[in-house]
Amino acid sequence: MTKQVFNFKDYIRPRFFPHMWCPGCGHGIVLGALLRAVHELGLDKNEIVMTSGIGCSSRISGYVDFHSLHTIHGRALAFATGVKLSKPNLKAIVPMGDGDALAIGGNHFIHAARRNIDITAIVMNNRIYGMTGGQFSPLSGSGKKATTAPYLTIDRSFDVVELAKSAGATFVARSTVYHATECKDLIKKGISHKGFSLVEILTQCPTYYGRKNKEGDAVQMMESYKANTAKIGSKKLEKDPGLIQRGVFVDNKDIPEYCEAYDKIIETAMKGKA
Amino acid sequence: MKNKNNIRFVQGNEACVEGAIYAGIDFFAGYPITPSTEIAEHLASRLPQKGGKFIQMEDEIASMGAVIGASLTGKKAMTATSGPGFSLKQEALGYACMAEIPCVIANVQRGGPSTGNPTHVSQGDVNQARWGTHGDHAIIALTASNHQDVFKVTVEAFNMAETYRTPVILLLDEVIGHMREKLVIPEQGDIPVVERLRTSVKKGVDYHPYLPREDGRLPMSDFGSEHRYNVTGLFHDMWGFPNNNPQVVSELLRHLVDKIESNVNEISMYKEYWMDDAEYILISYGSSARSAIHMAKNRRSRGVKIGVLELQTLWPFPADMVREKCAGAKAIIVVEMNMGQVVTQVKNAVDNPDNVFLANRVDGELITPSNIKSLLRMIQGKGV
Repeated sequence: MTKQVFNFKDYIRPRFFPHMWCPGCGHGIVLGALLRAVHELGLDKNEIVMTSGIGCSSRISGYVDFHSLHTIHGRALAFATGVKLSKPNLKAIVPMGDGDALAIGGNHFIHAARRNIDITAIVMNNRIYGMTGGQFSPLSGSGKKATTAPYLTIDRSFDVVELAKSAGATFVARSTVYHATECKDLIKKGISHKGFSLVEILTQCPTYYGRKNKEGDAVQMMESYKANTAKIGSKKLEKDPGLIQRGVFVDNKDIPEYCEAYDKIIETAMKGKA
Repeated sequence: MKNKNNIRFVQGNEACVEGAIYAGIDFFAGYPITPSTEIAEHLASRLPQKGGKFIQMEDEIASMGAVIGASLTGKKAMTATSGPGFSLKQEALGYACMAEIPCVIANVQRGGPSTGNPTHVSQGDVNQARWGTHGDHAIIALTASNHQDVFKVTVEAFNMAETYRTPVILLLDEVIGHMREKLVIPEQGDIPVVERLRTSVKKGVDYHPYLPREDGRLPMSDFGSEHRYNVTGLFHDMWGFPNNNPQVVSELLRHLVDKIESNVNEISMYKEYWMDDAEYILISYGSSARSAIHMAKNRRSRGVKIGVLELQTLWPFPADMVREKCAGAKAIIVVEMNMGQVVTQVKNAVDNPDNVFLANRVDGELITPSNIKSLLRMIQGKGV
């Protein structure tokens, strides 16, 4: 099979554009990486269901020419669980913001991971509630400024990767929008992984987080992702272990996937063994 | 000849499960809560036997979300809960109204508010079924007073969900849910089953998921098939794309209300007992209707011209039907186990609201025939 050249227009809904993201927002890079990942995997658009919640990142589901389910705040993984379990041949991809995934949606996040249902969760972590205008999120961390933290935040932050690992996710990875190709490769791995996969992508919000916390413009924020992160196993990380790690943290193929495990329940039930 | 295997001695919750199976349920997502848990327990056993899926979710909200997701892949999907869980489901229920997703939500009512009286009966969620989720919308809510009828209205709940592309609420109560009585499972075909209406639009032709046909119905396309479209809780156009154009917003909201309110006669299910010459009319539903029927039968044997109008459709409220049935009655007693939720609707419906009285009980016990009789005697001027 000859590989077609990637053209993003084959994967988007022009009717939805221009998109609603601010100039300098990192989310477009995530969208680009996601579409390239889908293209390189050679997936049929009819077999993908993109389910999202509420927030800037969640608007991705409308922009893509897949089956798309734009749901309510925080609950995308629950809706996606219904889609996936009822039709397991579909690829379930769930783009989420940090507040959507880990504040209001935290319970669904850990339980989807625990079940090991074959859903790819992409947490686009910009450490802020962007759509509502710059309130701190559970990923902001302490000592940050936000519209709801005029005197600095006192809330500690989650480490998304550690949370996913602890909750039992069988594929866990992290990248940043500075590393667009790496993003694409990790999303590809996440989609291909049979089980719950989490890909955290650090993405800048210059409009709110950057401006409030004097982190500079979009370019400066992206450059900080280069400076402050290091690939797992790299010399850079060896020299400076305090850097944020990028790469694959967990890739466990030994845990049964939920829908496949349920198929065995069906087999048992059909044989009449209660 | 009746097939003996079709006769069961079951709880109402199990009758609901049997009705769901008969209607073709494929998917159930739920969370344990008294007094509805038996619905989940029985479906956990029954669904995989027919290749269906059961999942116990992490909470009530997730259950409602999973049900909506499953419905979009073309499956008949249901969840079951009780008061506190029904409260938690409300946002996603509104999503199903807005995005027009067929699904069934059983609420086996217990005493509220809050944790309330989990193991005792109440009918306090009638208004919540109507207005629990935010914003203008219409809803279908059905109920029943015996297990044969629980079976039937469960089938009808699935049918109406498909016909009107809407969530349908099965408003059962603790007495009905837990009481055991006989259920005869009808033969296939005895009760019509409405299947998912799927679009006939061919591949490559623009499919409009939110463009009603001439008959008002909206054919669906399963997730995974050739038509890729957007589903959202935002106001949207006929493609499902978000749109806040004032005309689009107004037309969609009116459509969501009209598709149900304008079909009130088709949706309205009720039963009548001794209504032909009734001077006194008892209006009731659910388990309290059992006491109303018992009491009326007893009074009839003593020559009192009393009848019962048992409502099985509570929403949309069949106001015209109630007004017609009650025309000329000396008094109308609404028998319900709450502080007066259906009685308000009846007062609004009838020509003379001063003739409408409430016989209620809110202590967690089933209202008895003698409770109702006391009120009737007072109305008759006979003293208690």
